[in-house]
Amino acid sequence: MIATTDNAKKPKPRTVRFRIKRSDGHGKPSRWETFDVPVQPGENVISCLQSIATHPITSEGKRTTPVVWDAGCLEEVCGACTMVINGKVRQSCSCLIDEYAPEEGDEISLEPMSKFPVVRDLWVDRDRLFNDLKRIKGWVPLDGTYNLGPGPKESRDKQQTRYKLSECMSCGCCLEACPQYTLETDEEALEKTFVGAAIISQARYFNLHETGKQLEKERLDALSSPGGVQECGNAQNCVQVCPKEIPLTESIAAMGRAVTFHKVKQFFAGE
Amino acid sequence: MIASEGTDKRVIVVGGGLAGLAACVRLGEQGVPTDLFSMVPVKRSHSVCAQGGINACNEVARQQGYSEYEHFDETIYGGDYLADQHPVLEMANWAPKIIDLLDRMGVPFNRTGEGFRDLRLFGGSLFRRTHFAGATTGQQLLYALDEQTRRYEAEGLVTKYEFWEFLWPITFTEGKTTRCVGIIAQDTRTMQLRAFRADAVVMATGGPGLIFGKSTNSVVCNGAAASRCYQAGAAYGNAEMIQVHPTAIPGADKCRLMSESARGEGGRVWVPRTIGDTRTAKDIPEAERYYFLEEKYPAYGNLVPRDIATREIFDICVNQGMGVDGQNQVYLDLTHMDPDYLTEKLGGILHIYERFVGTNPRFEPMKIFPAVHYSMGGIWTGYEKGNYAPGEPYGKHVSGDLPPVDSEPGRGLRPGAPCNMMTSIRGLYAFGEANFAFHGATRLGANALLSCIFDGLFNGLSVANFVNNLHTKMSTDGSHAETPASAIHQSVYDEALEIEQAKYDALLARVSEDAEQSDEHNPYVIARELGEEMTAACTVVKTGEGLEKAIVKVRALKARYANVQLADGAMWTNQSLVYARAVGDMLKLAELTLVASKAREESRGSHYRLDFPDRDDDRFLKTCQGIYDAATDEPRLEWRDVDTSLVKPRPRTYGKVDAQPEKKEEASASS
Ligand code: SF4
Ligand code: SF4
Ligand code: FES
Repeated sequence: MIATTDNAKKPKPRTVRFRIKRSDGHGKPSRWETFDVPVQPGENVISCLQSIATHPITSEGKRTTPVVWDAGCLEEVCGACTMVINGKVRQSCSCLIDEYAPEEGDEISLEPMSKFPVVRDLWVDRDRLFNDLKRIKGWVPLDGTYNLGPGPKESRDKQQTRYKLSECMSCGCCLEACPQYTLETDEEALEKTFVGAAIISQARYFNLHETGKQLEKERLDALSSPGGVQECGNAQNCVQVCPKEIPLTESIAAMGRAVTFHKVKQFFAGE
Repeated sequence: MIASEGTDKRVIVVGGGLAGLAACVRLGEQGVPTDLFSMVPVKRSHSVCAQGGINACNEVARQQGYSEYEHFDETIYGGDYLADQHPVLEMANWAPKIIDLLDRMGVPFNRTGEGFRDLRLFGGSLFRRTHFAGATTGQQLLYALDEQTRRYEAEGLVTKYEFWEFLWPITFTEGKTTRCVGIIAQDTRTMQLRAFRADAVVMATGGPGLIFGKSTNSVVCNGAAASRCYQAGAAYGNAEMIQVHPTAIPGADKCRLMSESARGEGGRVWVPRTIGDTRTAKDIPEAERYYFLEEKYPAYGNLVPRDIATREIFDICVNQGMGVDGQNQVYLDLTHMDPDYLTEKLGGILHIYERFVGTNPRFEPMKIFPAVHYSMGGIWTGYEKGNYAPGEPYGKHVSGDLPPVDSEPGRGLRPGAPCNMMTSIRGLYAFGEANFAFHGATRLGANALLSCIFDGLFNGLSVANFVNNLHTKMSTDGSHAETPASAIHQSVYDEALEIEQAKYDALLARVSEDAEQSDEHNPYVIARELGEEMTAACTVVKTGEGLEKAIVKVRALKARYANVQLADGAMWTNQSLVYARAVGDMLKLAELTLVASKAREESRGSHYRLDFPDRDDDRFLKTCQGIYDAATDEPRLEWRDVDTSLVKPRPRTYGKVDAQPEKKEEASASS
């Protein structure tokens, strides 16, 4: 046995009211449902959603279907559980009830992100984010997996810079908060709409790597075409909501400069 | 409709964590088209949760006397001799090369002042042999492999099926052999079921942490996919070997891991010497702190293997009542270290602790307790021993094989041998945590990432060769010896699809409109009770009696589950149906875990039986194979000798000061 992992002698649970925006999919009408959930100290939004799934009864006592949501790691490293909580985009697994609704009778509202098509309820389809990583060729072009010795040596400073950028978990917070990033479902239009801060920052990440650099030109081509870095309006919302504190405005500025330089070079080369 | 119609060779990889992605990269490089199935976008796979690092011999350690062989020996000793030794030797041999490759892929490994890859100490070793990227190494490695896979995806060699769930392996019997020729999978958004053809299928579906309710695992790690293979006839190896990690933060929905790297970087585990000491940690002077791991294990200190640290913490809290604040928790203390250094090396986990507990571990010791973490057991797999000769490395070189590593004939694995990591169902492979092969009875820290990537890269070639052989080997009459999947009659797939469709329809029909749905048949309640029972009976300390009771309980849960009720009858994105279906498979795997734990009447590695406290090599230096008996819906066990031909079992004490030399000191290898 492991003995009980719930250490504290359980205090009486208190009740927190959840307002949840539900819909059956993209383009379908949405509705709000409320649930009164008994919570213990230390609970978070996901554990409350699990309680709702176990007993899907609204606060009016009406039976309903369990709310659908997306989650993975439950420790803020996979990015899956992103949603809009009390009007602000963030991860739901790290959203502690004690902080968000400290008083008896406090409410918590949950909505799906608005910049991505809804699959159902709180679950949205973020395929576009991963496809956009293809647009900027987000990889290091390896010769192959055979044993060819170590990669390039790297200074500590540069490693620290790259490490920070590499922590991006494709959660989409920065995209949800960006005024320039729009909901789009048309495949063709997607190719031309603004890629957003996360993708720009990833392009910088790969351009910083000795071998990754070999695709720099292609990446800058992508970022100077429609949907590229010039569409950023510099509102800086992105950097404020990034849970990993990735220096997004720094990345945008760096890539903006690189794109300008790239265009000038192209101009003189007569390309 | 068959997705892969028209093309010829085809492989399916189920699971997009490190093992699955590494396999895709290797298969992509070999030019074999691959369909990749995953419950989640692959970039969100559970591998992101791995924190500490990845082990490999390196030049610095080598010049201090370390070697690949030493890494191999540590892994075997750590695993209490339960792992077959040849695959482990091969893995240790390839480790340095795998690190080099990851380095070339751009993984931001921490650097030394001069720009070389930095190293840290980790459990079970006295040498610095763990490479790391902050305290989010798994995330960084997964992203690198995700990027390489994306490249093959852009080239059209890899096709992703994300949010698709594996339901069943499709088998086909030809002559005397039955082999896996595809899978049935379901899109969890549209709920469409489809049959997919493949010449080989790789299960890289991770571990079953969820059968213990709260663990350090992600919400998708329910073991259902592995359980379905077991139910379809694949043997399951060493199900009883479940690792409980010593240091996690207990939570309402899961236990969050605090990596072993915290101790590797200097973290110290202690409790106040006086029971009931109410002073805060920093007010307790050094002399009044009990650093129990350091005192009991002077050589390894806080870096004894996980099962040992876990049992010591458990003993301190549960038996001696010395837990901090009288609760089941001990201090994991980093406060004696430079906060900036900690941020650079451990930022990722410190962030998690701050986020979920609310205090800053740089200035206040963390409070931690053990939690279920990893399954050494998994689907049973076979292998072919190495065939290379030293001195003439390419002498027996088979086209398509990798050039051999420094090894001797009959040692390690034969690179590219089609049977490497193949399950007991031909054509069905198991890689990564889903594979039982590498860690014996305890996994050493920072060996998991290695085994996952090793499987994908090294044994990915075995899959490619198996598929190539299918397509080239002709029998004497000019036909294929075994029919490639593309030429197998459609009816094989239609029938398999019908069976799964019927199961799905039956489950969907179990919707209850009843507002007073009883807990009796509620899948969430059944899973919660299962988790509580498993955690109580089958983790740190097990007893025959406790296990017997748990078996009775799980069988009762199975009976209740037979009448499971769903709260949602939706024909699309029916998450609770997907969950309920998995609960049925979890119950079967849990039952096997209990039955195997009960049958193994000894203590070995992570498996500790209070009623059989010693290792018993005479009876149990054996792999436990669990085989599903469809007639009784219960497991049957078979025992196979472990290949210990390279290192002989020795007592596993880690230099404990009060340790009694074990009775069977020089127990001879049973091979
Ligand atoms: S700075 Fe650019 S990317 Fe960031 S929120 Fe503003 S417009 Fe969007
Ligand atoms: S940059 Fe930050 S906010 Fe944007 S996707 Fe990455 S982690 Fe999320
Ligand atoms: S579930 Fe992974 S970030 Fe919340």
